[in-house]
Amino acid sequence: MTNPLATIGRVFLNALAEIGRLSHFAAIAVMHIFMPPIYWRLALQQMWLIGYNSLPVVGLTALFTGAALAQQIFVGGSRFNAESVVPGVVVIAIVRELGPVLGGLMVAGRVSSAMAAELGTMRVTEQIDALTTLSTDPINYLVVPRLIAAVLTLPLLVLVANTIGVLGGFVIGTERLGLNSGTYLQVTADFLENADIVSSMVKAAVFGFIIALMGSYHGYNSRGGAQGVGKATTNAVVSAFIMILLANLIITVIVFGNQV
Amino acid sequence: MTEQAKITPMIQMDNIHKSFGPKHVLSGFSLTVQKGESVVIIGGSGTGKSVALKSILGILKPEQGSIKVDGTEITTLSNRERKPILAKIGMLFQGAALFDSIPVWQNVAFGLIQGKGMNKVEAREIAIEKLRRVGLTPDVGDLSPAELSGGMQKRVGLARAIASEPEIIFFDEPTTGLDPIMSDVINDLIVECVQDLGATTLSITHDMASARKIADRIAMLYQGKIIWEGDKSQIDASGNDYVDQFIHGRAQGPIEMQLLKP
Repeated sequence: MTNPLATIGRVFLNALAEIGRLSHFAAIAVMHIFMPPIYWRLALQQMWLIGYNSLPVVGLTALFTGAALAQQIFVGGSRFNAESVVPGVVVIAIVRELGPVLGGLMVAGRVSSAMAAELGTMRVTEQIDALTTLSTDPINYLVVPRLIAAVLTLPLLVLVANTIGVLGGFVIGTERLGLNSGTYLQVTADFLENADIVSSMVKAAVFGFIIALMGSYHGYNSRGGAQGVGKATTNAVVSAFIMILLANLIITVIVFGNQV
Repeated sequence: MTEQAKITPMIQMDNIHKSFGPKHVLSGFSLTVQKGESVVIIGGSGTGKSVALKSILGILKPEQGSIKVDGTEITTLSNRERKPILAKIGMLFQGAALFDSIPVWQNVAFGLIQGKGMNKVEAREIAIEKLRRVGLTPDVGDLSPAELSGGMQKRVGLARAIASEPEIIFFDEPTTGLDPIMSDVINDLIVECVQDLGATTLSITHDMASARKIADRIAMLYQGKIIWEGDKSQIDASGNDYVDQFIHGRAQGPIEMQLLKP
């Protein structure tokens, strides 16, 4: 029988050690952004993979979510004869929360896993060690382009997601719920503030950093052959999800916590 | 001149200790490789042969001990400071470790383009010449590494290792996974390329045919230490029971195989 206290202690210590290793990796990766060379061509290639290829899945997610949201708010609002709040609540909910969070989660599912699998395979087949022997810093060559690409691309993706999300609400609102299309757009514009858009973009950039960091960290440090790469892929996605949701909460509290 | 070469060996590893958790992989490992010499480390699987090579490259950091490359102590250097040392070293990896996202010629030219900033046209010419050197035709250069057989991948790996004409070359199990004939072809190529460049080499293998072919000197690694080293002509008369058991591949003897990974 193992002592339950010892088990709790071991789990706690392992978690702390993992946080330490991750922070160390993140610090090194960020430092390397300022240590040339920067492989811009690889960063552009990653932007294409992360951004363009994620458009369909992010767009569909935003469309369906915006539409469902409009339907729900209409049903809820009609109890108080307040159907007219639909456009305002949809745009606030999409831009402040759902656009960045759902967009970030969808991209994390696609991209963190792909990064972890690619870098993990490179690790176990010694390709990362080979970079070192060819006078090329693996952090500069592999991690920095992914971080730069994700941080720059996610805000653009989320901008698209926000627009399509609002559009989803608009379509349901005007076609199915009988709201006036001119009024809908007017209310949307009135409710939306610059701070909402800025916070949305900040969130997106932070989520981009998390997505690339988690994919790179787990891939770069994977070990133990095919099974290790599989584990790295799963861990990358799960940890990216949790960190995105946590970061979202923190940013929301900081930005909107004082608006009562 | 000879005296000078004796004073600063190309690689000097002294009393290296390296553990992974409770397992001591290297415990007091010492080895010296003179300029222009080819040394082969033999030893069973999992005895820490790769760890020794990766310590010299700085990929792994030993807990204790000194490693000098061409007279420069490298264990205390930062990654940035180590770069000029690494530029002197080429390596052929066990699984060739070719980058599968780029074509063969870019693999060969990688160190020239990314490491030395050479322009692509010039680098491509050198890559094609190096491919020819290892017996591959220029059209192979445009293939993807995944399209090549194991033997061809090893050749490309060798071409990549020699492309920047390094002073030191490491060979990690150069013949593992190849049939005996292809093994011999690769061994011959290694010997030729090393002679062309006049390079110093350090190899690890458990293939005795390969060791006999490419080595000037052989060192046997067992339980984290070099337990025997000498000229390759002395290997059959080493008088060391461990060496005898290893080179004859006997199951019975002083070396007890650990079947489980510790």
